[in-house]
Formats: sequence, C-alpha cells, structure tokens
Amino acid sequence: MQSHLLIEVDRLHKAFGDQAVLKGITLRVRSGETVAVLGRSGTGKSVLLKILIRLLPSDSGTVRIAGEDLSQLDVLALNAIRKKIGFLFQQAALYDSMTVRENVAFPLTKHTKTSSADQETRVRELLASVEMDRDLDKLPSQVSGGMQKRVGLARALALDPEILLFDEPTAGLDPITAREISELILQLKQKRKMSAVVVTHDVQSAMVFADRLVLLDQGNIVAEGTFADLRESREPFVRKFLRDAS
Amino acid sequence: MIYLGIVAVAAVLSGSLTGDRSWNPVIFTKTFLVSAFEWFGELGLFCARLFLAALTPPYQFAELKRQCDEIGSKSLPLVALAGAATGVVLSLQTRDSLIRFGARSFLPAVIVFSIIKESGPVITALVVSGRAGAGIGAELGSMKVTEQIDAMEASAVDPFQYLAATRVLACALMLPLLTLASNFCGIFMGWVASTLAEPISLRLFLENGFKNALLSDFIPPTLKTAVFGLIIGVIACFQGMRTTRGTEGVGRSATSSVVLASLFVILADVVLVRLILSVWG
Repeated sequence: MQSHLLIEVDRLHKAFGDQAVLKGITLRVRSGETVAVLGRSGTGKSVLLKILIRLLPSDSGTVRIAGEDLSQLDVLALNAIRKKIGFLFQQAALYDSMTVRENVAFPLTKHTKTSSADQETRVRELLASVEMDRDLDKLPSQVSGGMQKRVGLARALALDPEILLFDEPTAGLDPITAREISELILQLKQKRKMSAVVVTHDVQSAMVFADRLVLLDQGNIVAEGTFADLRESREPFVRKFLRDAS
Repeated sequence: MIYLGIVAVAAVLSGSLTGDRSWNPVIFTKTFLVSAFEWFGELGLFCARLFLAALTPPYQFAELKRQCDEIGSKSLPLVALAGAATGVVLSLQTRDSLIRFGARSFLPAVIVFSIIKESGPVITALVVSGRAGAGIGAELGSMKVTEQIDAMEASAVDPFQYLAATRVLACALMLPLLTLASNFCGIFMGWVASTLAEPISLRLFLENGFKNALLSDFIPPTLKTAVFGLIIGVIACFQGMRTTRGTEGVGRSATSSVVLASLFVILADVVLVRLILSVWG
C-alpha cells in the first residue's frame, strides 16, 4: 500500500513576544513514518509539537493533519482530528487525582460507548502492552517517572490514533529505562504502523526508532535525512551536535 | 471606592505589578491600569467560553455530581460550625443591647432575621470561598503547570466543560443548600445560647422568631447565594486556569482565588441587597 502524507507543515512561524521560536518550518510526515525532531533545549521543538495539535496557535504558516488545515477547523472538527492523535507529554501529564486505570480509561469513557467490562478489558490490554498491568490501582505519584511515561503512552494509544506525538519521551530517565521506552516506541511502530513525530535531544534513542531525523537550530531546520545522511553532513552545527550527543 | 479597591486588588493579584521593583509613579499607574483592564478583559472572555461550554453537549453529569459532593458535603461541617458560632455570638451580643433598650422579647426575631437575611448567606459564602475557592484555584493551577489541562485538551475533552463548568455549577447549586444548613445551625445555637442565659423553649423561641417572617424575607437572601456560588466558582476557575510560573504560581492562584472571590462576594452582596429591597421592599 502506498503511504500518503499525514502531517504537512508549511512555513510555520511562532514567536513569544520579541522572541521568534519557529522561523518558517516546513515538514512532511508520511503514514507509517517516524520522524525524530532533534535540537538543543529551547529551540522550539515542544512548541512545534503543540502547534501540531493546536494546543498553541501559530503566528503564520499552515498545519495540515490528514489533509485538514487546523487553523480552519471549528471545535468539533478539531476534536475529531485530535481523536486521531495520541500525545505523550514530557512529564507524562497523568491526571494526578485518578488512578493508573482511570487515566487510561479517561479517553475511552469520554469518546466511546463501550460497556464497562469491555472498557476494563481494553484498559488492561493497553497497560499490558506497556508492561504496566500490575499497577492499575496506583496513583501517578506512587509510580516512578519511567512508569508514568508508560502509562502516558497507554493513555495516548487508547483511541487507536493514526498519529503519535512524543515530547521528550526519554528525558529525565536513566539509560536503561530510556532504552526500554525507545524500544517500546519501535515495537509500537512495527505493530501498529502509526506515524509518529518524536521531539527529543537524545540522538541514541532517536537512532532506535526514527526513519528520518530533523535537526532544529534557532527556529530553523538545519538538516534533514536518515542518521547516515546527517553523519555525512558538512554543516558545523550538525557535526557538533552529533559529536557531542555521542 | 469598593470598585476601585477591587480593580487595585485584581491588578496586584494578576501578577503584572509584582515583577517591577523600581518605583516610578507614571509607569506604575500605566502598568496598573493596563493589567487591571487586561484582567477584566480576560475574565470576560473566560466567562463567554465557560457559558458556551456549559450549554454544549455532552453534559458532564458524573463530574458535576462529584464536584457537588466535593464542594457541598465536604464544606458542610465547616459551614455548620461557622453558622453555629454566628448564632451564639449574635445571641450573646444582642441580648445585652436589647435588655438595655427594654426589648428583650425581640431577641429570637433579631437572631432569626439577622441570620436568614444577611449573616447566614454572607458567612457561608465567605467560608466556601476560603475552602472551595482555594481548593479549586490550587487544583486547576497545579493541573495547568503540570500540563494536565493540555493533556485533556489533546484528548479532545474541553477543559472548560469538564473542569470549569462543573465546578462553577456545583458552587452555584451547593451554596443555597449550605446556606440553609448554616441558617439552621445558627438559629439552633442562638436558641441554645439564649436558653442558657434565660430558659426558653425551642418552640416558643421559633414562634417568636418567625412570627413576622415572610417568604420574601427568606427566599431572596437564600437564592442570592447562588450568585455568590457563581462568583466563587468563576473566579477560582479563572485564576487556576491562567496559572503560570510553576509551584509559586499555584500558591498565588490559590491566594488570589480566595481574596478576589471574597471581595467580589461582598461587592455583589451590596448590589443584590439593594436589588432585593427594591423588588420585595
């Protein structure tokens, strides 16, 4: 089956006050493709991700998800698009008054009409896929940072999204847990054939799961391609970033 | 003067003035006015979005029920205690004055009328503003800075509908009920304090107290607390959902929720009492 464009970003600009964060980003992601957006902290990677789901408005430029221009959608149409997207936040952003089970069940309760028994089966299945099915009744504060990310991932997968957005999935984790999370993303990619945009500054992790890497610097894309392409780049910033990262 | 005071507090608590350490009267006045108007403008937009969210299906009945329990039942002991204390204090204070003016027989009526017309509603609103207002401000503030509200929006659930509308509605629904409980405790403890000083049966106390009372003495003051509830809910949700600057911001949101909600309740009381008097006389 031929892959088609799922995410199209054209000449995207975003500034906060006088500070320009994104200066005309253009990016394409095809169905089934995983793109890692790399760059130093504060270069606008997370802002780009939030604009992709319209948690933040862009100043100019267009963002199309599955052919729909996000800026032209009303709330209902936007929510229909958002149901096709799973988002894993940097700190997992689990609802801290809800248990692990309730966190994963939340999107199902709000958007599906399944019986509570079917919902329970689905929640267990999702948590089993991230190896978290033994801590269903714990609160987010009672599990580790890595476990919170796994639960966040299970919640992001609850509505079977076509696109997954990851904001620094391995940040703040020890190398072993970071590797486990990276392999989990790879497994998901292989099993579910979803498109993903992964914002990270962890090149080692990106090498595990990414089909393509995009390197951001000062609001611009300075390099794009496979890891091999980037390694052969003559661009001083690219060489420095890859050298320091390894 | 009250309006000016509220504008000043709103400007200070909106946080815009706190960062500027240098004192320049012109810059200060300009910043003060701009931040006050910004605050009211943002509040207006927040109310419009909240109103739309509350009217748009799907309705969040389960969350509304949970919030009614959180704001209503869990505030009940505190409200009852505050009401009881008001009844005792009113009885002790007015007894002496009424004896001095030879009007001791009016004591039950003074207690009943004071409680149902003013002190019951206002004290209940201030207690709920302190307990639930701070709770809502801190909870939503914490959710904001830990991206839980963003996560909810990313899951295609409107946080205005799920978080704010349910809390505002729960405040508006629970305040009149809590006021009834507070009034009951106040009148009962007013009788206890009276009967300890000079024995009087509860039946006689109530008969004397309610002898000249009309429904219009009771219904409007109780229902005005629904407006107080709306004010507490709106201010607390607004302050919570615009929290910035991490845990420091959460603390500021909790404090500003209580201070602003209490101030607006007092201001609304002035307006509503005037309105009630002009309609019911």
